[in-house]
Amino acid sequence: MHEHTTLGELAKTVRSKNAGTDRITFDVIFSDQQTYDHVRQSGALTRETVCGLFGVEDDRITDFVEFDPAFAIKFTLKRLAPSGGPGESDVFGCQQYPPLLSIPVPQP
Amino acid sequence: MKEQLRIVSPNGHLGFAPTKEESFRLAVETRPDYYCADSGSDDIGATALGADRSVSMERWQRHDLELMLLAAREQDVPMIIGSAGDCGSNSRVDMFVRFIKEIAAEHDLPPFRLAYFYSEVDTAYLRQLHDDGVTIEGLDDRAALTIEDIDATTRAVAVAGVHPFVAALEQGADVIIGGRSSDCAVFAAPAIFEGFPEEHAYYAGKVLECASFCAEPYGAKESVIATITHDDVKVTAMAPWQRCTVASVAGHAMYERSNPYFEWFAGGMLDMTDCVYEQYDERTTRVTGQRVVPVEGKVTVKIEGSGRVGEKYLGIAGIRDPYTIANIDKVIELSRQQVADEFSDIDYHLAFTVYGKNGVMGDLEPVKEITSHELGIAIEGIADSAEVAESVTLYATRQLFYARLPEVKGTAGTAAFVTDEVLPATTSYRWTMNHIVPVDDPMSLFDLHLVEVGSMILQPQA
Repeated sequence: MHEHTTLGELAKTVRSKNAGTDRITFDVIFSDQQTYDHVRQSGALTRETVCGLFGVEDDRITDFVEFDPAFAIKFTLKRLAPSGGPGESDVFGCQQYPPLLSIPVPQP
Repeated sequence: MKEQLRIVSPNGHLGFAPTKEESFRLAVETRPDYYCADSGSDDIGATALGADRSVSMERWQRHDLELMLLAAREQDVPMIIGSAGDCGSNSRVDMFVRFIKEIAAEHDLPPFRLAYFYSEVDTAYLRQLHDDGVTIEGLDDRAALTIEDIDATTRAVAVAGVHPFVAALEQGADVIIGGRSSDCAVFAAPAIFEGFPEEHAYYAGKVLECASFCAEPYGAKESVIATITHDDVKVTAMAPWQRCTVASVAGHAMYERSNPYFEWFAGGMLDMTDCVYEQYDERTTRVTGQRVVPVEGKVTVKIEGSGRVGEKYLGIAGIRDPYTIANIDKVIELSRQQVADEFSDIDYHLAFTVYGKNGVMGDLEPVKEITSHELGIAIEGIADSAEVAESVTLYATRQLFYARLPEVKGTAGTAAFVTDEVLPATTSYRWTMNHIVPVDDPMSLFDLHLVEVGSMILQPQA
């Protein structure tokens, strides 16, 4: 059996937000150590996943951190233009996370 | 020396939405040592700073200031506000100072000392530094500041660290209204002033800056209290239904930051790599292990700059025809090309945001296929004059209406309008500076004032 669930079902919080004027940061937070460890070990969410999902090159990821105290995986993307300027479609950078929700993760 | 210091944070962005009163009252009952709140952010984009305005309603700002002022004066403890009025420009500081005076008069408060400081930086000063060969380094991969960046800047503010707040407290301030300030400095300053270790002071600032965002379940605008001792920081949720847990407090370290371990401020960096989080009681988490790494060499102060791009108009169009939807990229290219032909000798910005396709995420959108039966398009046109901006936006919007696609069954009217016009928006600005300047004296960019406020001597407000 290779049943899959999704990151959205496993995570407590999945969010994106500006980190200053030039970057958008993404936080995926789990409720417990077990789920956090499972997702990390599954390799479902890595720099490569992020590049594939959002169609970006690796050098656009400024940070990719597994943050143990919060059971969280966090990464940050460079903005192509500073927040709120001409052509802006998400001033706060807060609606960039939804594609993460459907990332498949093998069942624990 | 005090054994502990208790600071309440009632709202993570004062006035952005009103503080919730129930948890604030519970915080007040515990008789905290300081009432502190941050009131601004660069999160809101460059427009507030450029246009010298707030993005919040005056009524909400007054509500929060009144709650805090009445409690702080009743208990005779200091109240500190940073980044007044969203962007922390001089006019916003003056406005908050006026609010404080008016609220004091309305409630006939006994006299108190009000300190306030300005954060605006004259671009002539930055130009002088540049001409003197000082490198003004960019943050987050921005290049060093150029003369072009300075020329493009309408208004700039320096982001205060703890220095002007500590100076105001040393002068006996009861209430402090700060210009643009580092979020954590608003809370770290009183702890440093009272002699507590810097690492605990700055950690308390970091955890309190967004109030109840460090608690769970999620809820905004609820009060949180940090208790700072010489050995640790404890953070406690005040709303009865919220708790500060190891996960919620640790999780907050990540919020709006590229990296969860480091927090920079004027004079150094808070290193949270070795933080230890423990559940202290039902609603309190205890944090130890934080360190402060002082900056080597001169203190650097962050500068935010906003530059006018031009006047802005917005058009709104709806598309229902399935063939047009399937070919929406072509339609937009058609419109874009006709605008380019018509306004060939004029500088303008034109952007199409297609809701129902990739309106929110743009190029980051992984869903490439349109499945919606209708699309909404926002057309943004910016030019130096309002007349040209209106003209560009209207022209682009009308070209969607007349888009000539071979297979469309309809004729004129390839777009539905909610109004046969385009709408004026606030002048458009962009971030021109996200840089740091080295300074000999961290106070040199901040202009501190102290006045006595008392109902007997207050002049009637116009």
